[in-house]
Amino acid sequence: MRPGRLMRLKGMMRKEWLQVIRDPSSIAIAFFLPILLLVIFGYGVSLDAQDVRIGIVVEQRDQPSLSFVGGFEQTPYFHPSTFLSIQEAETALRAAEIDGIVWVRQTFGSDYLTGQSPPIGLIVNGVDANTARLIQGYVQGIWGSWLEQQAELRGGELTPPVQLEQRIWYNPEVRSTDFLVPGVLAVIMTLIGALLTALVIAREWERGTMEALLVSRISAPEILVGKLIPYFILGMGGLLISLAMASFLFHVPMRGSLWLLLTTSALFLWVALGMGFFISTVFKSQFVAALVAMVSTFLPAFILSGFIFDIRSMPDLVQWLTHLIAARYYVSILQTLFLVGNVWSVILPNSAALVLMGLFFHGIVYRKTHKKLE
Amino acid sequence: MGGRLWALIIKEFLALFRDKKSRMAVILPPLVQLLIFGYAATFDLEHATLAIFNQDQGNFSRELIGRFERSTGFDIVGYLQSESQITPLIDGEGALLVLRVGEQCSQKVALGESCPVQVLIDGRNSNTAMLALNYVRTIITTFNQEKAALKGNGLPAQLNIRAWFNPNLESRWFIVPGIIALLAMIVTLVVTALSVAREREAGTFDQLLVTPLRPWEILIGKAMPGLIVGVGEASLIITVTVFWFKVPLVGSLLVLYPALIIYILSIIGVGLMISSFSTTLQQALLGAFLFIVPAVILSGFSTPIANMPQIMQAMTYLDPMRYFLTIVRRVFLEGAGLHYFIHDLWPMSLIALVTLSMATWLFRHRMY
Amino acid sequence: MTASSAISSQRTGPKQALTLADVSKTFSVEQQTITALNQVSCTITPQKVTGLIGPDGAGKTTLMRLCSGLLTPESGEICALGIDVVAQPLQVQASVGYMPQRFGLYEDLSVLENLDLYADLQGVALTARAERYDQLLSMAGLEKFRSRLAGRLSGGMKQKLGLVCTLVRPPRLLLLDEPTVGVDPVSRRELWEIVYHLVEAEGMTVLLSTAYLDEAERCAEVILIHQGRILGHKTPQEFSDQVAGRTWMVRADSLGKRSLQKQISHDPEVLDALVMGKAIRVVSHDTSPLQLTQLAQETKVEITAAAPRFEDYFVATLKEEHSNGNGNGEIALAQVGSKQSDDQVITVDNLVRQFGDFYAVNHVSFHVHHGEIFGLLGANGAGKTTTFRMLCGLLPISSGTCTVAGMNLRTAAAAARARIGYMAQKFSLYENLSVMQNLKFFSSAYGLGGARRQRQIDWAIETFDLHDFISAESQSLPLGYKQRLALAVALMHEPEVLFLDEPTSGVDPLARREFWVQINSLADQGVTVLVTTHFMEEAEYCDRLVIMAEGKVLAEGTPESMKESFERDGQEATMEDAFIGLLEANTAKRSDA
Repeated sequence: MRPGRLMRLKGMMRKEWLQVIRDPSSIAIAFFLPILLLVIFGYGVSLDAQDVRIGIVVEQRDQPSLSFVGGFEQTPYFHPSTFLSIQEAETALRAAEIDGIVWVRQTFGSDYLTGQSPPIGLIVNGVDANTARLIQGYVQGIWGSWLEQQAELRGGELTPPVQLEQRIWYNPEVRSTDFLVPGVLAVIMTLIGALLTALVIAREWERGTMEALLVSRISAPEILVGKLIPYFILGMGGLLISLAMASFLFHVPMRGSLWLLLTTSALFLWVALGMGFFISTVFKSQFVAALVAMVSTFLPAFILSGFIFDIRSMPDLVQWLTHLIAARYYVSILQTLFLVGNVWSVILPNSAALVLMGLFFHGIVYRKTHKKLE
Repeated sequence: MGGRLWALIIKEFLALFRDKKSRMAVILPPLVQLLIFGYAATFDLEHATLAIFNQDQGNFSRELIGRFERSTGFDIVGYLQSESQITPLIDGEGALLVLRVGEQCSQKVALGESCPVQVLIDGRNSNTAMLALNYVRTIITTFNQEKAALKGNGLPAQLNIRAWFNPNLESRWFIVPGIIALLAMIVTLVVTALSVAREREAGTFDQLLVTPLRPWEILIGKAMPGLIVGVGEASLIITVTVFWFKVPLVGSLLVLYPALIIYILSIIGVGLMISSFSTTLQQALLGAFLFIVPAVILSGFSTPIANMPQIMQAMTYLDPMRYFLTIVRRVFLEGAGLHYFIHDLWPMSLIALVTLSMATWLFRHRMY
Repeated sequence: MTASSAISSQRTGPKQALTLADVSKTFSVEQQTITALNQVSCTITPQKVTGLIGPDGAGKTTLMRLCSGLLTPESGEICALGIDVVAQPLQVQASVGYMPQRFGLYEDLSVLENLDLYADLQGVALTARAERYDQLLSMAGLEKFRSRLAGRLSGGMKQKLGLVCTLVRPPRLLLLDEPTVGVDPVSRRELWEIVYHLVEAEGMTVLLSTAYLDEAERCAEVILIHQGRILGHKTPQEFSDQVAGRTWMVRADSLGKRSLQKQISHDPEVLDALVMGKAIRVVSHDTSPLQLTQLAQETKVEITAAAPRFEDYFVATLKEEHSNGNGNGEIALAQVGSKQSDDQVITVDNLVRQFGDFYAVNHVSFHVHHGEIFGLLGANGAGKTTTFRMLCGLLPISSGTCTVAGMNLRTAAAAARARIGYMAQKFSLYENLSVMQNLKFFSSAYGLGGARRQRQIDWAIETFDLHDFISAESQSLPLGYKQRLALAVALMHEPEVLFLDEPTSGVDPLARREFWVQINSLADQGVTVLVTTHFMEEAEYCDRLVIMAEGKVLAEGTPESMKESFERDGQEATMEDAFIGLLEANTAKRSDA
């Protein structure tokens, strides 16, 4: 490398860096927002229903009825309240005071004892379908263990034809934090990489500084590299903070190699920076660039990356669309590295996709950035 | 005076809609987002990838596996021959779950014992894992009940499950009405938060302030496009929700619209406050962003408020979207009447009142 | 050109610093093709300052950008310092210095950090920097501000810093695109001193475009460009010689200078009439002696021949094709302000505005009478705009009082604002609305309605000749028309008081003349005008003015009284001399204390 080039790059990088640290909004996006998002997702957001408000209606307080509903008192999943009649409970359900009703009818005890296989009613509010399904699962669990308990009491053993044993790998406690926090990392990296940089080239055009840069000795690739490196460092800084929070604050397990995580994160950051530069180069106004960055990078990273909503559940067309979202590959790598380990059959194809996307964006930016005003 | 205000409102609309790009930016992205997110944002599990490892040769296990093969919830991706195949398959995301039927299953059942069945689930996405587990459980429970009934010794009790308002538990019915609240907020906030900052940057704000227009007239002029665009956009999305996504609208629009207007007003208040604080577009944009992200997450849009820790649950009471989200979902699916929403409407009205008065105050004190 | 300089230029460098041969450049805007430059050929003499002068939209900036390789011409060849610009733009950029119109200073970087950046970009050796910085900063008078953020510098200092950054590695060819726009006379003079120094000491070749015609006289050669064509390339003297015998000074002490100017400009002999001190400078259509037969017989007129200036030639050449359909461009308001002429319409008493510890305006007092044109002059950052904004009610007052038509606009009822008109420093109407939509909105905002509103809109379109642009987006208007539209908006409600904040910044000389004819006619009808400006010849139009520095009033009075104390050898001083003299005296006084 010629000494002149090194000096130009150094000058460009120092300038970018000074601008970053003097602009409170850059700092806010790079450091404040990641911490805010991690805290909200780490502590606040959970798909695991707990303390479900369930209404219990026991019309006859006999032993079988009471032993069944007793199961609801002992789990952390439910917060039961008792109603005297089903009408009362239904009113409460309609007023959204409770999320579901367990209804043990008058004749349940006697029918049970006479072996007539009486029904237990479960009514859930289906508005929030996901929570409703989780409630169903929990109630089925309580019901199953009650059946076993009853069989033991009668001196026998419940021998259903099929005895199911379940094993949830990688996350046996089924903590949603463990999969949400790695996903948030992808959102944060998109934010720093794409949103922040989408503004930086547009800003140079808007403030008229680009023209002065263009007529200096610096070449177009040097301008790009000089901008890339400071934001890359900023992004990796944000990543380290987030990683530390994920491990020490939220105790997300880290089963893969840290070096692999850092390498793939660097790769994703490079792609995100490419997207930011791409937007910035095409739309020379900060306002439009910021809107486009928000709509085309941040929101998809949130919704189409598999971070909250599983891509496998989406319709085929939308699944196909997610292949255009760089964050999806990174989310997949992150969840695997955090929870599973170094699974090359996941990491290699996803990394390859990231490399392709990065080459695409950086290639276009490289071709579009020339030292001309037209 | 009426003429002055009217002219101001017309001007605000022209400024927003005269330019083709700006018109597209306001109308098009929300619609595209509605369509994509409406399809993408689902918690329903369909076509879960399942691999089967059957160590038994008998009829019983074949019958059990037949149940899974015919189920629409699962797509069978393969039949495994050895235990060593399981780990790489799940690790490499080749299958979400593996169903393993134990050795001598059929013989054991014939002897009156239980057939050991193991399900191994990829827990990377804990929610998906739970849903898949529930599907497996449901199939096996039904299978067990049928077998037991055939032998004449059915289970001593049954569990009858009914879901009100959403019998098939389609999560799209839950998410799509939520998008109404989400997009109405984003559009309204962007339109109002940026309008003053944009005028400040262009220097037109001074020109406006030296006219005889009063601060509150300017404020109304700035609020009106937000109100109309927000309500208009929401109406468009409501139409798409009902006629495209076929989400049932059980309740009355007469309940929905008053709530919508109060909601939009409270967002306008926030937008105008951000507007008064910021001197540049970038600041306004960042301010809007810093409001939108926590507001969406705390609203219960994607995850229930009830699952949050106490402190954060308390914080959600400050979020206008929380209230409107409840209302829009319940009006759509439950058809709940206005009297159910008193406890949502008054806090939202209070928020609207506070944000609008603060915006007015800030507006007057930060005019320069 | 002297023989010795010709020889030295041949010895030190290529014969031509910059040559353009048959260069054409077009742009397509909204399916229309606009020819910015049409078959332009010229050769810039080395080691001289060449001025590039022409009205707005003449193609000055396009030419500069072509020469620096930022644009590619459709046809033709450009050769800078012996390098083909079209083929090797990077080499050109490495050896040519170019300062764009809005130079890209990073406002969040300090003076030194900006210098470091450009030194890095231009490859200045680390060892050579300290000396070069000292030299440049002392030349620009910025030594004391090394660590100040560029955004906190005044407009003049920013321009100087921009120039310094361009010069951090001394280029052999320097292209400056309107370096003095919006810069006060003191900074302007300093910028010119830097440029001269570079030419003399470092043998630099400078091509400089400007809207200030007096600056043309400071150039060794001038290229006059109009509508993408070069009209001439000569020394300023050669240009002015072409109007020799057509320039006159006219004095008539019985008439006010403005009414004299107005009467003279109606005379068919007269092509151009400009207020200059106590007299009117006239350019006539031909060299026959000026008669001024149209003036009333009883007026005692004193006509003397004057030496021609470049400006006279410029105006004489371009005025015919440029004037608008309204003939002399005067404005007639339907309603005329009240009659008493001793009314104090604007009063400012002990006005103070603090930002933290900093006094932007420090106990300023002045009074403006009814129907006066009152000027507010000062260097960049002297507190003019702050005073202005307080008067308009856009900024709260820290202490003191200021009233407009007897009211404080910040606290008075909104209706009081209907009595003022306001024209901001930069074009500040709604750029994405059409001309008509702007007129409609502002007329309603000022409470006009019904037939009166329609009448005033028609009046504005008629008076300012906006017919052709009614439905055009106002951002697409030429600068001169933007300024007309802004004035139309400020006048539609027939205000008693008109506030003009640097209304002519960046506007070319012809449009500026037209504008002042309009302002004069308004003042004649009883409108009180408060104006800030950087063009010292415009200060001549003022009845009275104050000169501000560092938030204080340095002097108050008529332009004549200000110039008197700076007369030298019986020669009348210019307004610029007076301005610079006052400011320098103030600086000297402060450094003594």
